[in-house]
Order: sequence, then structure tokens, then C-alpha cells
Amino acid sequence: MSKLKIYVPRDAAALAVDAEKVAEAVLAEAKIREIEVELIRNGSRGMLWLEPMVEVEKDGVRHAFGPVTPHDVEALFDTDWDDHTLALGPTEEIDWMKRQTRLTFARVGVIDPLSLDAYEAHGGLKGLRRALGMTGTEMIDEMKESGLRGRGGAGFPTGIKWDTVRLAPASQKYIVANADEGDSGTFADRMLMEGDPFSLIEGMAIAGICVGATKGYIYLRSEYPEAIHTMNEAIRIARARGVLGASVLGSGFTYDMEVRVGAGAYVCGEETSLLNSLEGKRGVVRAKPPLPAIEGFLGKPTVVNNIISLGTVPVIFEKGAAHYRDFGLGRSRGTIPIQIAGNVKFGGLFETAFGTSLGALVDEIGGGTATGRPVKAVQVGGPLGAYFPRSKFDTPFGYEEFDGQGGLIGHAGVVVFDDTADMLGMARFAMEFCAVESCGKCTPCRIGAVRGVETVDRIARGDASAIPLLTDLCDTMKDGSLCALGGFTPYPVMSALTHFPDDFHANAKEAAE
Amino acid sequence: MPTPPAPVDLETRLGAILSDHAQLEGPLLPILHAVQAEWGYVPPEALPIIAEGLNISRAEVHGVVSFYHDFREEPAGRHMVKICRAEACQARGGHGVEAAAKARLGVDWHGTTADGGVTLEPVYCLGLCATGPAAMIDGRVVARVDEKRLETLLSEVGA
Repeated sequence: MSKLKIYVPRDAAALAVDAEKVAEAVLAEAKIREIEVELIRNGSRGMLWLEPMVEVEKDGVRHAFGPVTPHDVEALFDTDWDDHTLALGPTEEIDWMKRQTRLTFARVGVIDPLSLDAYEAHGGLKGLRRALGMTGTEMIDEMKESGLRGRGGAGFPTGIKWDTVRLAPASQKYIVANADEGDSGTFADRMLMEGDPFSLIEGMAIAGICVGATKGYIYLRSEYPEAIHTMNEAIRIARARGVLGASVLGSGFTYDMEVRVGAGAYVCGEETSLLNSLEGKRGVVRAKPPLPAIEGFLGKPTVVNNIISLGTVPVIFEKGAAHYRDFGLGRSRGTIPIQIAGNVKFGGLFETAFGTSLGALVDEIGGGTATGRPVKAVQVGGPLGAYFPRSKFDTPFGYEEFDGQGGLIGHAGVVVFDDTADMLGMARFAMEFCAVESCGKCTPCRIGAVRGVETVDRIARGDASAIPLLTDLCDTMKDGSLCALGGFTPYPVMSALTHFPDDFHANAKEAAE
Repeated sequence: MPTPPAPVDLETRLGAILSDHAQLEGPLLPILHAVQAEWGYVPPEALPIIAEGLNISRAEVHGVVSFYHDFREEPAGRHMVKICRAEACQARGGHGVEAAAKARLGVDWHGTTADGGVTLEPVYCLGLCATGPAAMIDGRVVARVDEKRLETLLSEVGA
């Protein structure tokens, strides 16, 4: 009899809810029952409300069970992993899975993230092999045709950025992957690095060969210890197997890379602060121009891309630009891994073509709030993103579409709040966060954020005359800051004030009475 | 509570750390991480040695150490408890966990308990935003932390 294949995720979201103990329990129980088990530690399927979600392969089909505690394991074996209250049926048949279009995350949760053989068996390295047979110009054309735009939030066309670096004459160029995923409500980078690290390596290798960069760095935040470990292991394996090194897959092209760990500064997610940090300096924002594509890491031409942008490159080269481009809406092409988080019933990672409405994401896919109370607000795009009220839930998920509603999609995090949320408190927090994380270069951000907290406190004490002052301060921060930290903090503050005025005026009225 | 390293140890270990990182481009952050891993903080006595090793000013090293939240300029408690304060955890009841932790430990953010057992730090997002409130205890991430689970976790670190 062949071994029973059991999958227990090693994604941090699973480990944080005792997946390790579940894995231990599975092995212990199998030993007692003398059942031969092949335990595979996969990434997460992204249905995070079900973590730890255990899968068992039967007749070649994976069946899901979750959320599994160590105490459930004995009973699950008793039922032969069949008719148990935690049984969810075949994983691929779960509605949440069926509704997705998984291109970037096709392998995440499916394979052992550190098995290069499994990676190749699921389409890995095909994109790189194809790219190795193309000229630099052909590769750029492929990227431009795919329509891929920066998934960090800025939405700049990736192909154009690469071409700028490719055409810049220099003795040394670099690829830098921005894994400083500090936005609250986002975890797509983490899940990709922990669940399919070779896709990031492959994407960076393609970028390096395209633009003529022989060295790459992943700037990875220290808050992600599992991702750091998995990426380092994957790089070691890729190097040992000739995917990285002096001759990538025997092509004669040189490309190698390493992980650099951040040190807890949110602003280092901004590309120029990131480059300063990578150079060993304070993570202070640089003025642009010069663009990093011309003068980046150590003054050399540098591609700085988000993890999801780079992790999407392999599938574009594997399946062709047209396959990717044909998904999407307007100028937002392809798919977007949306992270549904906060006070939501079904939270997790949902990759879909651009165009799904915000309301569908929150109400249908997310299932409304976890507390069962009405949804009050949804913050899209991290701490610098706007709070959307229910009246804007018909906004389709796309760069221009959200911009047109006074918001941004950012890194595609969607954080849901129920009706107990105090929006004045959230506006205050946005200013406080900006004050804590400001790099200090621009006065409107450094000083303005501190004054912002004070001004919100005045409003909270019933001083309605401070409201125009807050609006004015937001205008100054927006216009007078070099980067998105100072420039976009007004988004959450002003959207809270505009859409939830009662939370700001309540105290003022009380004071007047 | 860790005691400051003896000068001889500091110079020897720091010399090894500096030479381990000599080949890196932009080596200062990796060096500071290594120093902190060794002593639990960045001892002030290390700054001039690092500065000389990298041929930069002591002010530059200090500037970098003080810029990043991760680098400590004094020793922390024996255990480090970081609780996520970011929006997604707030939406899931993070405020209650923050307040309970502060009350239980008798310290505010950045504080260390009187017995030197636990240091409490805020953290802004651990990427566990669908399973919050989240925390990190001695480098290990934990999620779905309600006040009851917090109590268990704090007991485990002797608080």
C-alpha cells in the first residue's frame, strides 16, 4: 500500500495558529496506528479562516479539513479522513477556490515550497527557459504586451521600467525585490515567498538577464521570519542546482542573488528609502529624479519591483503575454492577488482578474464581518489607503477605478471594519502611524503628522473649528511630501472625515449643548 | 538581564562579525543585525569599532542605529513580546489585547517589566491580517490572540 499523503501548511499564518503541533500530532498518530504517511509541508491555499487546513490525498484528489487543532487529529484518523465535521470536500471544489483565477499563486499551497522538482513539475522554470532563447528587446516586448503594472501600488508599467534599466549604460546593474510589505492588511508577498519562493527567484533571474543585471537583492522585512528562512533556503537550493550562479541553467548568463533583512522601518517600502537602507544608510527618501532605473543601488541602474510583480513574470513567459493580458479591466491587465483581512468572516488571499467590485469582495467572497455586525468601512491599500463606505462598494477593483473614487488599490489589501469602528480614532491612528514612521526628510510629514494627531484630539474634545485646520493640514502634507507616506496619509484621514462625518461631529455637538 | 560585554569579548567578536561581512555591498544593516543577535542590543562601545571598520563616521553609525525600530541601544528583557497595532488587527479587537498586555505586564509600549522578564513593543503588521490580533513572542508569530490566549502566552514566558 502506498503512503498516505498528508499536507500541513508551513505558511506563517498556519504556524501562528499551531500548525506545527498539528503536524507533530499527525506523525505521532500515524506511528501509533502503523500507517505510513508522507507529510508534506506546503504553503497556504489562502483560506486563512480555515488554518491550519490539512489536506489528505485520496485517489489523486486532495481533500481539505479545517481548521484542525492537534486534538482533532485522532478523530480524523478514526474516520479515515473522511466523514468528519471538519471535512470540507475536495480542495479545488471549495467555492472560494473555484471562483479564483490563480496565475501568480498557481503553485502556492499546492507544492512543497522547497522542492525544485515539484516546482518544475508544475510549470516552473519554463518561463526562464523560454526567456533564455529571446533577445532583450523581445523580452521587453513580452513584458510590455502583458500589461503588467507595479503591484506594490504605484502601478507603473513594469516593461517600461525594465527597458529604462536595460538601455542605461553601466558596468553593473541590479535587480531589487521589494519585500518590505508593511501595509496592514497585506500578506501576498509573504505568502508567495513562503509558498512558492522559486517563482520569485525565476522572475528575478528573467529580469536580470533581460536588463543585464548580474546581481539581485530581496529586501525582506524582519517581521517575516518564516519568509526569510524559506527564501534563504530556496536561494541555496537554486544555486546548488544551477538556476542561479555563473551560468544560469547553462546559458552563460550570470545571475545570483541574496536576501537582505530590513529593520522595522515602514518607510523602507518606498523604493528610494529602501535603496538607502540596502546601502546601509538611514532609510531616508531620495528626491526623484534621478530615477532608481538610472541611479539606484550604489548609484547604478536598478530595477526595483514588488514581489508580486516579479513573481508574476514567470507565468507571463510560461504562458505568453497575451494569456496574461486577456484577463482584467481597462488599463489594469491580468490578475491581482487580493488580500481580504480585518473583521471579515472569510479572510485570506483571493487571486482574481481585475474588475471585481469591492462589494462582491467584502460581502460575497469575504462573507461580511466576522462579528456578524454590519460593515461600516473598508480600508483598501494599506495604512495610506482611503476608507470606503458602503455607498462606494460598486467600485470595480482597478488602478484608475479606485483613483477615480479618491482611493488607491495599493498592494491590494482590503481591511474590513464593523459598525463599532470609531473613524475619528482611525484618522488619529493614521496620523500617529505617519509620525512614528516618518523618515524626517519632509517637514509636512515629520511635523505635520504630529500636529495632525493633536488636531484630531482637538476635534475629539469637541472643537469643531479644528476640522478646517485638519483639512488644510492634509492639503499641505499631500502637496509637500516627497513620498507616499506623508503624501498619502491624508487619504485615510480625509476619507474618514468625508464619509463618516458623524464620528467627527458627535463630540462637537455634545460640547455645544 | 544581559550585562554589557567585556571589552575584550566585544573586540574579538565584533572583529569576527566585521570580517564575516567584509565582502558585502552595503554591509551596515547585516552587521548591526549580527551584533544585536550576539548581545541582544547594539552596545554603544561597538559603534566606534564598526565605524572604523567600515571607514565611516561614528555619527553615521549612530544615525543608522537610531533610525530603525529594530535596533536597541540598551538591553531588552529576557523575553520580547511584540503586539501588532496595525489597522487589520485593530479591526479584529487588537485594542483589547494591547490594553490587556499593558495591564498584565504593568508597562507601556517599549517598557520592560520590573523583574527584567518581558519587554513590550508595538509592531506594525506581521502579515497575519486575516487571523489577527497577531503578536510575536521571541521571534515566533502567533495569531488569533484574544485576551485568554494572551494570558497563556504571557504565562509561558514567565510573566
